[in-house]
Amino acid sequence: MVNDRIGVYVCHCGGNISDVVDVYKVVDAVKDEPNVVIAREMMFTCSDPGQKQIEDDIKEFNLNGVVVASCSPHLHETTFRRAAARAGLNPYLLEHVNIREHVSWAHKHDKEGATEKAIKIVKSGIAKVREARALETIKVEMPPKVLIVGAGIAGIRAALDLSKLGIHVYLVEKSPFVGGRVAQSYNAYPSGKFGMELIEELINEVKQQKNITLITNAEVTSIKGVIGNFSVEIIKDPRYVVADCPRFKEAIDKCPIEVPNEFDYGLTNRKAIYYPYPNAYPELPVIDMESCNRCGECVKICGDAINLDQQPEKMRIDVSAIIFATGFDPYQPNEGEFGFNVFESVITLPQFERLLALCDKKLVYKEREIKDIAFIYCVGSRQREGNEYCSRYCCVATINSALAAIEKFGEINTYHIYRDMRTYGKYERYYEEASKKGARFFRYSLDEPPEITQKGEKLIVKVKDKLTFNEEIELPVDLVVLSVGMVPRKSEIFSMLKVPFSRDGFLQEVHPKLRPVETAIGGVLIGGACQAPKDSVEATASASAAAAKAATYLLKGYAELEPFIVEVNLEKCTGCGDCVKECPYDSIQLKNINGEEKAFVIEAACRGCAACAAVCPEEAINLRGYTYDQLRAQIDAMLM
Amino acid sequence: MTGENFKPKILIFAAEMAYRGIDAAGLMKAEYPATTYVIRIPCASMLRPDLILYAFKKGFDGVFVASSGEDCPFLTDCVERTAERIEKAYDLLQENGIERERLKLAGICSVCVEAFVKHVNSLYETLKKLGPIKKG
Repeated sequence: MVNDRIGVYVCHCGGNISDVVDVYKVVDAVKDEPNVVIAREMMFTCSDPGQKQIEDDIKEFNLNGVVVASCSPHLHETTFRRAAARAGLNPYLLEHVNIREHVSWAHKHDKEGATEKAIKIVKSGIAKVREARALETIKVEMPPKVLIVGAGIAGIRAALDLSKLGIHVYLVEKSPFVGGRVAQSYNAYPSGKFGMELIEELINEVKQQKNITLITNAEVTSIKGVIGNFSVEIIKDPRYVVADCPRFKEAIDKCPIEVPNEFDYGLTNRKAIYYPYPNAYPELPVIDMESCNRCGECVKICGDAINLDQQPEKMRIDVSAIIFATGFDPYQPNEGEFGFNVFESVITLPQFERLLALCDKKLVYKEREIKDIAFIYCVGSRQREGNEYCSRYCCVATINSALAAIEKFGEINTYHIYRDMRTYGKYERYYEEASKKGARFFRYSLDEPPEITQKGEKLIVKVKDKLTFNEEIELPVDLVVLSVGMVPRKSEIFSMLKVPFSRDGFLQEVHPKLRPVETAIGGVLIGGACQAPKDSVEATASASAAAAKAATYLLKGYAELEPFIVEVNLEKCTGCGDCVKECPYDSIQLKNINGEEKAFVIEAACRGCAACAAVCPEEAINLRGYTYDQLRAQIDAMLM
Repeated sequence: MTGENFKPKILIFAAEMAYRGIDAAGLMKAEYPATTYVIRIPCASMLRPDLILYAFKKGFDGVFVASSGEDCPFLTDCVERTAERIEKAYDLLQENGIERERLKLAGICSVCVEAFVKHVNSLYETLKKLGPIKKG
């Protein structure tokens, strides 16, 4: 039972193909192949008239298979499959072969060879279509519920977008308060608003929404299932503050414990019962039980609002899709890297931003007023070994902080010791403005990094400046700020779902341009800096994109998956279970079918790698659209 | 048919990313021999060792398995799994008296133009030295 009425279309692509490949000769060579009923050359097959011709032929000749030989299927396979579908042909009975990128462009000095090659691969396409079967996309029900992990600026943005479309969002945040890294930043470029204000504005919107369930102080401990049906376990740690009370401030004042406040990177202290910063959300404070001595002073003031014996709570939710918005960590310099942890006046950019926020009128660090600051760029970025990537946001963020320092505290000298200045796009004006305001720039190379020494009260930064032909310059400063990049966060849940990582350790999209916010795992999307270093503008843009992508199937109520998954020939299957062991996604299992153990495919979970098919001793498993019979037929045809 | 006139025929199994890499080679007008024929597959770990042997028995002089390598969108351990298949294929080749140099595996990313051309050309040169495959 083969497809016996096949149409073949060989494209000129203007001249992109036909200048090298003799398309007439190709048509001539295949028109009498068995089962080919019509073969044509076409000037532009992808054009409207080109598509129309295919559609007309499908109807006129009652075609049950089509081969289009033109550009790469990554360009126009979908175009031609849609054309086939419009004419009533199952779109998977169309095979797109590539005689442009793989032939005419690659072999332009061997026209004869290119034409021969085109003939062979068109024949191979015909052979494949002959064996092709009609396939249906896999439909998966999608109840409108989404889990978003991480309530930083990206997670909140995505939650708002989805909620406004009527989709329910579970927004899970590990720390007791929302806002993430942006809340900690000083004035986030380019709006010039304080990070906390941005978060507050978004949270005010969240409060208007009925579709957002915010779960803070909670960790996702397990995710099982597939697109349309993820079962998620969450453990909500006790906050110990269980109800509102008008006297929280008194309770906090009364608390006898003082520990460094992580939110300010230890620049300030907090109590055991605390808010990390004023206006933090949720409005209930939290008790840090690791430092609490259970003295009970706060209970005396707030009574039942505080329960020191509150227990962790296990929750289970079902969702159709997941968006990871888990963010990044700032690079933590090594002991002694540019004097870090050796000299107390060497701090990182995130610490500096907190310092800017906390100081009033005068910029003071460790009780000394700061007048001269050296910023060292590319710390922990673009290394030869280690973090090879550029975090990109740091150049702009550093200059922006320097400008903010000058604006807030007046006379401050800033020295910028950089490798390459990447104030890309709209942000070049920050660089220009800094230059106008007296910022001085020095350029160092990776091989000769600046050295830091102490001289009296000052730190001396010695830099070999490439801008002045390697002149050695010594800069006496009060503070050295290390412009650190972003590093990926690790989490058990990523490996639970087997989300792929990029070379740099961030979460990897399927394709940077074609599918920028989807991961290889169906229904698992990424937004914000968990994907790659991003500033808050890029983070919210990608978060909105992830929300929109999730909405495309959630609003339809179902997702359509490509039909290229494996299937089992039950007659051949002996139930040996080799395939079950091979599948990394638990999508194939043994099941009793009519009294016999047989391999059984969970269609929504199969990702179509077909690793199982390769190890089957009986060749009982095949990948739809790429069956071994088809591959063998292709091989045969290429050698004819 | 050996020596100057012999043009080895190479079958290329190109997985998702490698297929794009070969597209990119065309886009960059990188040149390599025309007697190279691509069969598109999603992931190289689907290759049965016996299918590789089949290609040789039918008359291909060489087989190049261009996997997506580390960039495989299907499997995080695609490299290891594919390597296992290829090891088994080498055993099959040996049993059938086919030189192992005729089979090559490499990870080709979506922009790995140079790597692709280098691998194809070096396999081509190797095959020229080895001469045509014995069919059947």
